[in-house]
Amino acid sequence: MATYLEFIQQNEERDGVRFSWNVWPSSRLEATRMVVPLACLLTPLKERLDLPPVQYEPVLCSRPTCKAVLNPLCQVDYRAKLWACNFCFQRNQFPPAYAGISEVNQPAELMPQFSTIEYIVQRGPQTPLIFLYVVDTCLEEDDLQALKESLQMSLSLLPPDALVGLITFGRMVQVHELSCEGISKSYVFRGTKDLTAKQIQDMLGLSRPAVPIQQGRPLQTPEQPVISSRFLQPVHKIDMNLTDLLGELQRDPWPRPLRSTGVALSIAVGLLEGTFPNTGARIMLFTGGPPTQGPGMVVGDELKTPIRSWHDIEKDNARFMKKATKHYETLANRTAANGHCIDIYACALDQTGLLEMKCCANLTGGQMVMGDSFNTSLFKQTFQRVFNKGFNGEFRMAFGASLDVKTSRELKIAGAIGPCISLNAKGPCVSENELGIGGTSQWKICSLDPSTTLAIYFEVVNQHNAPIPQGGRGAVQFVTQYQHSSTQKRIRVTTIARNWADAQSQLQHIEAAFDQEAAAVLMARLGVYRAESEEGPDVLRWLDRQLIRLCQKFGQYNKDDPNSFRLSESFSLYPQFMFHLRRSPFLQVFNNSPDESSYYRHHFARQDLTQSLIMIQPILYAYSFHGPPE
Amino acid sequence: MSQQGYVAAPPYSQSQPGIGGFSAGFGSPNSSLHYGHYGDSNSSCSAPQPGVSKSTVPFGSSAPVGPPPPGTHQFSQTNFQNGPSTPGQQPHRFQGPPPPSNTGPSYPSYSHQSQPAYPNTASASSTTQLATQLNSMQINSYGPGTTPSSRVSSGHPAPFQGPQLPPPTQQQIALPPGSQVPPPANNVNGLCAQSSLPPMARQDGIPGPVPPNPNLQQLSGQPPGPGYHPQQANYGPQMAGSQLSYPGAFPGGPAQLVGPQQKKLDPDSIPSPIQVIENDKASKGGQIYATNMRGQVPPLVTTDCVIQDQGHASPRYIRCTTYCFPSSSDMAKQARIPLAAVIQPFAVVPPNETPLYVVNHGETGPIRCNRCKAYMCPFMQFIEGGRRYQCGFCNCINDVPPFFFQHLDHIGRRVDHYERPELSLGSYEYLATLDYCRNNKPPKPPAYIFMIDVSYRNINSGLVKLICDELKTLLDKLPREEQEESSAIRVGFVTYNKVLHFFNVKSSLAQPQMMVVSDVGEVFVPLLDGFLVNFQESRSVVINLLDQIPEMFADTNESETIFAPVIQAGMEALKAAECAGKLFIFHSSLPTAEAPGKLRNRDDKKLLNTDKEKVFSTLTRDCVANGCCVNLFLFPNQYVDVASMGLVTMYTGGTLYKYNNFQLDADSPQFLTDLRKDVGKKTGFDAIMRVRTSTGFRATDFFGAIYMNNTTDVEMAAVDCDKAVTVEFKHDDKLNEDSGALIQCAVLYTSISGQRRLRIHNIGLNCSSQLADVYKTCETDALINFFAKSAFKAILSQPLKTVREILVTQTAHMLACYRKNCAGPSAVSQLILPDAMKVLPVYMNCLLKSCVLVGRPEIPTDERAYHRQLVLSMGVADTQLFFYPQLLPLHSLDLKSDTVPAAVRCSEERLSDGGVFLLANGLSMFLWLGVSAPPELIQGLFNVPSFAHISTEATSLPDLDNPFSKKLKSILQHIQSQKPYTMKLMIVKQREQPEMLFRQFLVEDKSIYGGASYVDFLCCVHKEICQLLS
Repeated sequence: MATYLEFIQQNEERDGVRFSWNVWPSSRLEATRMVVPLACLLTPLKERLDLPPVQYEPVLCSRPTCKAVLNPLCQVDYRAKLWACNFCFQRNQFPPAYAGISEVNQPAELMPQFSTIEYIVQRGPQTPLIFLYVVDTCLEEDDLQALKESLQMSLSLLPPDALVGLITFGRMVQVHELSCEGISKSYVFRGTKDLTAKQIQDMLGLSRPAVPIQQGRPLQTPEQPVISSRFLQPVHKIDMNLTDLLGELQRDPWPRPLRSTGVALSIAVGLLEGTFPNTGARIMLFTGGPPTQGPGMVVGDELKTPIRSWHDIEKDNARFMKKATKHYETLANRTAANGHCIDIYACALDQTGLLEMKCCANLTGGQMVMGDSFNTSLFKQTFQRVFNKGFNGEFRMAFGASLDVKTSRELKIAGAIGPCISLNAKGPCVSENELGIGGTSQWKICSLDPSTTLAIYFEVVNQHNAPIPQGGRGAVQFVTQYQHSSTQKRIRVTTIARNWADAQSQLQHIEAAFDQEAAAVLMARLGVYRAESEEGPDVLRWLDRQLIRLCQKFGQYNKDDPNSFRLSESFSLYPQFMFHLRRSPFLQVFNNSPDESSYYRHHFARQDLTQSLIMIQPILYAYSFHGPPE
Repeated sequence: MSQQGYVAAPPYSQSQPGIGGFSAGFGSPNSSLHYGHYGDSNSSCSAPQPGVSKSTVPFGSSAPVGPPPPGTHQFSQTNFQNGPSTPGQQPHRFQGPPPPSNTGPSYPSYSHQSQPAYPNTASASSTTQLATQLNSMQINSYGPGTTPSSRVSSGHPAPFQGPQLPPPTQQQIALPPGSQVPPPANNVNGLCAQSSLPPMARQDGIPGPVPPNPNLQQLSGQPPGPGYHPQQANYGPQMAGSQLSYPGAFPGGPAQLVGPQQKKLDPDSIPSPIQVIENDKASKGGQIYATNMRGQVPPLVTTDCVIQDQGHASPRYIRCTTYCFPSSSDMAKQARIPLAAVIQPFAVVPPNETPLYVVNHGETGPIRCNRCKAYMCPFMQFIEGGRRYQCGFCNCINDVPPFFFQHLDHIGRRVDHYERPELSLGSYEYLATLDYCRNNKPPKPPAYIFMIDVSYRNINSGLVKLICDELKTLLDKLPREEQEESSAIRVGFVTYNKVLHFFNVKSSLAQPQMMVVSDVGEVFVPLLDGFLVNFQESRSVVINLLDQIPEMFADTNESETIFAPVIQAGMEALKAAECAGKLFIFHSSLPTAEAPGKLRNRDDKKLLNTDKEKVFSTLTRDCVANGCCVNLFLFPNQYVDVASMGLVTMYTGGTLYKYNNFQLDADSPQFLTDLRKDVGKKTGFDAIMRVRTSTGFRATDFFGAIYMNNTTDVEMAAVDCDKAVTVEFKHDDKLNEDSGALIQCAVLYTSISGQRRLRIHNIGLNCSSQLADVYKTCETDALINFFAKSAFKAILSQPLKTVREILVTQTAHMLACYRKNCAGPSAVSQLILPDAMKVLPVYMNCLLKSCVLVGRPEIPTDERAYHRQLVLSMGVADTQLFFYPQLLPLHSLDLKSDTVPAAVRCSEERLSDGGVFLLANGLSMFLWLGVSAPPELIQGLFNVPSFAHISTEATSLPDLDNPFSKKLKSILQHIQSQKPYTMKLMIVKQREQPEMLFRQFLVEDKSIYGGASYVDFLCCVHKEICQLLS
């Protein structure tokens, strides 16, 4: 048998899953004594060269509360053409299309190497990807110029049939109509007035005319696309037009830098909400400073009052923060509900209000990029990289995903931490104790790329007095439905199983199967998650206590003899990770602005294990002329 | 004979009672012998009958008015009262009189009326006053009273003429019989007696079997021969008409009475506006009128002359209702003559008059009195060798600033008197300093924003394209100061339907940018830079835009529009650009889209205005505060609530234009001319006017297209050459006859080039403790302007009926006061008019007949609101023409001279089958063609062979190369030249349907909406006067 290290690695490569424990303690009591919760890091769209998607619908368990997908762990009766769900034990008939299966003629989803499998399904009309640029015009001349160039360049990177739209804002917000010829037309909104989605749609003329068409009037073809396409047009049709339009963008001419980011975002959200709900779409916000007016304003327009600092926040002195945060949260939730995402590209020397706006990216799976200026290679390259293509020539982005987690009876789902929001799917496998975003077995991830990683926490609910028979295995199934960048609808199903072990008699097994890297990242995510809502010192104290308890449980030492302390190999690095985590910018705010903290935390909550570890404990490379970095 | 007939008639008399009396009355004037006359005149008809009918009428009237008839009357008073209501009864009374009539030749008429008196000997008296017949009422009063007889009799001996002539001194002219009139031609205003009329009238009446008479029924009771019917018929209708017209004002009775009599009056014998105008032209036309004397009465507005400013403002700028103020308020109250000035601060002066000088007093700004802040002007008296001056307004003694010091000459006048306009002229301008500017910053040049309704209707009618095409050339003609090469005015463009579209036309753009603002609930301006541009700089972009607008919306199907947000947007744009300016809004329909200021179709005939529309009133305030003037061009097909929509226009000094059922081909010349004229108008922006007066009186009330935040400052977002403000004055104290009444009107404004200036107009009036002086210097045209504006303003707060009553009673009061205090002794029954007010009754009647004051349901509310609004800002010349249209006979054109033919009175009687007439009132123009108009004239004007070939569809005449056509064209141009609104020419053929419309403008006749005829009204006023005097 291979080492656990190899096992873990193999599992990660195949399924994109890393568990803190690879052998599970078989009772609730024991599980809690393990200190580090049973949890996993899941990279739903982990790139796999060897995973050809199958072109049919998955077979689902017929029990309405289960609906698990047929997988290699299921018991199959080939003669009766029946299969038993390994989560709820429901016996299911195979669908007619499976009439020909036998032990030698198995569908892919029953083969062990397909513990992760991807289905391409035909559902609904395919809509092209949508990119809505929301551009701040209150920039310095050269910054604006650089931004314009980046945007113009990006047009060539977009898929030709992608829909693109442009909203610019400063003191006012302008929604540019891209379909008109001869004259450039835009709808203008006051930057200080918060509008409901309905109002926005009315004002943009997106709502269907309720008035019956009068006689004698030229009839207008009342097709939905016609209406919406005024603002969102296929790139190939209007790239010249849009390039010119971008080129002609003027700096906001009003005397003061009044920036209506809040309203601009609100309009962008409303526009997509009204035209393409539940279709993959990115709202890409480019801003060169904090919102200074209207709903969502972060700082006043007078330069004498600086933007809030951690100090102000502690002193409860940040007047606009709560209101602004609320505004952006509302927007983020709406966006997420529609399956769209918001990217934030903030380039300024000072803060830009990421603290308040972070939820827009966090809840919708959007990007967050922070730079000093649009005229830096940092921004230019980062932005370009967004449109990078994967090895198979596809964009490394997916949209509107929903993640459904199913567990064996002994296990319940406590929550998830990552760029997702809850879909509030209560079910039998949802735990009452929440860790992260809990109370649900389904989450929505509006935008994700192959490295997007969620932390999912479980709770062992098996009672101590009802032991699991030797050799029993617990299973978890992750079902991710998403819109592929090729606009296909796909479903990726990952089913994994781990052995149960009695912690009293088989502690060494459990110990050996401990994945300290995963555990460190999972604990770090918990810590960072808590840090968002709790005081910094409390979080640190909590982390410390957890570490101490872990050492207590798994360390070997003689009382009052520090030198005697030993941890087994599988735990040896864990304290070190915790040490670095304590002083990382994810938990320490000293010397970081609130924006920076938000930025770091944002990234930490979505990266995969390797990236996360590097972030926690930066690797110091030594470069030389004589060899590779060490 | 007739009388006998009457007498005999008793039985039926009831129905015809008055007849006898009447006839008598008529007859008398003409000739001593009524009978003779009758017979003669009425040859065709049976004399008696006609007489009868007439008489009846007067009777009724007399009864109510006059003192209670003596008991002697055969008929009880009650009868009289009834009379009016039911003519039938009246007749009875008359029967009595007839007998007397027999005896007396001329007086018969009176006698009728006075029948009761008769027995008392009233006969004589009655006879004397044939003249007065107008008011049968009066007569009656005499008669009945018997007492009156004495007066009368004394005044006029047997011959009627005799008495009348004498009184007719100058001003008074009793209403002597027509025959006597002849002499009156001159000053005598006398309403000539009906004497001459009688024959005429009768004839008309009789043959006239004229029109259908509702009253005929009454007649039915009459046994008399057929002859009667016709006559009565005539009267009948009249009566009815009169009643309608003044329901409120007078008791029904009098009106009726009046009616009948009119017929008998010779229209030529009553004061003729045309005569007055022509007289003034003859005496003053073409001359130089120098304003070198205080209290000098200027020529009439209709008289062309050259005005030389020699210390008082030209009448083009200021006209007063009277140039001599009564010295005490008691006197003023007694006379009830409104003391008012009509100020048209930016009036256009003809090229042969000097334009205003601009005075610069340097950095300290204009020199002003320390106490009352009046500006340096000719009324300042320099004393102490020129070191100080005494303010002519408040008498405060001020030091002369060193830089302004100048020695005085031997008569105490500054040596530089003639070098300084502010010392020697009535009107001039000061350059204002920063203290006079908004926020102490020099103003920016004004901006014009063109806001075009691009809803389906306007696109479909081709209007949008028309406007856009026109603007391309029009923008080159923006007004500019003489010395400047190009206009400093910036322009901006907005189109709208349910949302607003702003356009960025910055010169650096390759093509215009359109910005849509759909948040109409809270409109804002989406761009600052590039919205208002200099046309010359942005020419290509603007032209590009104007080319595109019609196409851009070519397939629109948006039919809803907004309105208040449009104004709001324009105002905000001007505010953001920190300049004053004008909005040109081209709108077609009721703004029904969901937005502030949304209007509902509430064509309620009773409503005239809606100050309650809060949206509009706050909008108005903001517009005025930001110097935003709103010009509104309306193209309605149906009700558009002019009252609400025009509100902002009204208060911001804008102009409202309305083109009902706009048809591109027919109406575009009118519209385009209006637009060109309006765009090119010299205008003062962001103006504040202040009227200062010398001690003893002050300005109390202001009427016009103005906005007032307090009681003294008249704010106008803009004021152009056609806008006049009428200011009413009241006494505070006694006025000093030596120093007179001085008025200084100062208008602070921003010129079209963006210069802040003060325009000063000074005028000095006399004061007198003699009412006669006051009456002598009255200006009827200005009075009518004042009455019109005050009445039109009052209708918002008072019932129409009250407003009308006030007008009538005030007229009567003014005249009665004159009669009482100034006129020579004469019979009460005589109507005596002061020379200067000779035509007041006819003008007043015209005013009362205007559709604004006639609350008839047939008249569209919009039309009333529109007229009301126009008149409120009109100057004297405009109101004069508006209320008394010009009616020019064209068939007798003198092709050789280049003068405009003399006008004739606006009455149907002046038209003839063989004539061609042109009628213009400043708003519309009619070419009326008689059925037998000279064919050569028709050929010449229309290039068609005969009357039947003329198309009445056309709104203009063909350009033909013949003297008729050229002459008419030049006349049309002349008439149009001075008028603010372009008049649309309508061609009307006699006896065709559209003639109805035309007839409304024949203001001396009874109108179809119930307005009284001139004669009716005169009688009515006379009656009122008599009542006041008795």
